[in-house]
Amino acid sequence: MAGTDTDTDTASGPPKDASPAAGEPRDEQALAGLEAGLDALDAVRVRRTPLRETLVRKVLPPVTAVALVLVVWQVLVWAEVAPDYKLPAPSAVAEEVRAAWLQGTLLDYIWTSVSRGLLGFLLALAIGTPLGLLVARIGFVRAALGPILSGLQSLPSVAWVPPAVIWLGLNDSMMYAVILLGAVPSIANGLVAGIDQIPPLYLRAGRTLGATGVRGARYIVMPAALPGYLAGLKQGWAFSWRSLMAAEIIASSPDLGIGLGQLLENGRNNSSMSQVFLAIFLILIVGIAVDLLVFSPLERWVLRGRGLLVTR
Amino acid sequence: MATTITQATEDATAVTYAARVEHVSKSFPAPGAPGGRQLVLDDITLDVAPGEFVTLLGASGCGKSTLLNLVAGLDLPSAGSIRTDGRPALMFQEHALFPWLTAGRNIELALRLRGVARPDRRPEAERLLELVRLKGAYGKRVHELSGGMRQRVALARALAQDSRLLLMDEPFAALDAITRDVLHDELTRVWQETGLSVLFVTHNVREAVKLAQRVVLLSSRPGRIAREWTVGIPQPRRIEDGAVAELSAEITEELREEIRRHGRH
Repeated sequence: MAGTDTDTDTASGPPKDASPAAGEPRDEQALAGLEAGLDALDAVRVRRTPLRETLVRKVLPPVTAVALVLVVWQVLVWAEVAPDYKLPAPSAVAEEVRAAWLQGTLLDYIWTSVSRGLLGFLLALAIGTPLGLLVARIGFVRAALGPILSGLQSLPSVAWVPPAVIWLGLNDSMMYAVILLGAVPSIANGLVAGIDQIPPLYLRAGRTLGATGVRGARYIVMPAALPGYLAGLKQGWAFSWRSLMAAEIIASSPDLGIGLGQLLENGRNNSSMSQVFLAIFLILIVGIAVDLLVFSPLERWVLRGRGLLVTR
Repeated sequence: MATTITQATEDATAVTYAARVEHVSKSFPAPGAPGGRQLVLDDITLDVAPGEFVTLLGASGCGKSTLLNLVAGLDLPSAGSIRTDGRPALMFQEHALFPWLTAGRNIELALRLRGVARPDRRPEAERLLELVRLKGAYGKRVHELSGGMRQRVALARALAQDSRLLLMDEPFAALDAITRDVLHDELTRVWQETGLSVLFVTHNVREAVKLAQRVVLLSSRPGRIAREWTVGIPQPRRIEDGAVAELSAEITEELREEIRRHGRH
């Protein structure tokens, strides 16, 4: 221990035999030069992946997978494994898309659902965030609400549709109620998990800098919990979207306009399997698109900024 | 005994210490120990004068980090009083920089929490980075910096608090030998330039002798002040200097004797 220099640095250190310390006069300039050398040797260089590599590694595999599914689907249709009212051809579904596009209703279907979903999600965000902060930081609130939030998270939000219809009627507020009950617990729980995983060192460092109370929450706790919070938001969106689809399928009324859920339900009533497929694809595509265009870039940006993104 | 923690900010001329620790004891609840509590620090009295550099030396379990936390105000003593001249800054073994902020923003956060106005923050952060010779590192993320650079940014952030007392808890223990050596010189230079008081905790005897004007040796379980040395060797010192080695050998012998005592019963 005393006087021994144990090297516990995990980063790749400079070669130990290169020590210029012995014998050399150590004036100001020598020190500055030595320091600059150490900095240059030790600094971590961060490389951004070039676009071409991203295309080959990230875009090509999913495109291949989708193409493969289409091929298998077409083969099954040609082999006539099921009658066409059960398994429509890909071309029939494509025709359904084209017809809806030409009628100008395709974007209406999507927008009706997406606008509901996003507004509901933003409401859930506004409620879930302070709720999560309270649960994480105040022991009494955590003991009181923590188990309930976890329980609500595992309750399928379809279960809320019947009571919501009875309490609020067949209207948009009923849809929002179902979305909130599905998404708020996810968002709050994500934030709680994010806060629980903050290294205690950051909180101590924050306190010595004078960040306590509200300032501590704003400058230390919230930014430190951001990765967990984002994971919660991502799940919260998935729950919002699922709850909304459940609500739209079960509760249809002419006043509500035709969203993707109603489109699916209409397809079933019309015994039009291609319309059912169309609705399912659109629901899937919206879910994937929001994740791909909003949450994944956000998550990658946050993780990259913190050096937490593993590049292989 | 009464417990007082005072962070004095009165008339500067009245304050003749950067930190004054008087008869401080600290015990933690420990089932099985006599009285249900384990005594970690026993009757510590220690002054750090303005501008003085003191190292607190001891083996593991001597409570030196506990004492530092008490002086930092992160914990309360069980007995005795601690007074500091304003709120002290604290540096840890881990750099404790916030990974969601760049090097420069880490420093600016300290400035902001201290109440520095927005237009003054950026120039001040740049000045502090220059002081620790990291000009140009303002926009660097924490993970892009080497271990030694991180500790220098952490030092700049601690300096941004504009405290008169800097507490350091084995800040260089996790660095490789040559980087640590460079940071010793760097810290000595910054200390001389700023006129700060420093209370530096370490278990490395040579580090203690190289840096300090005064070395305080703590005994273990419970922590008591065992002995003090005034280091008269002029700065800049080198770890290989004969005088440094000589005093280190003397202190090491004392420290070993202190540790041996625990094996005897």
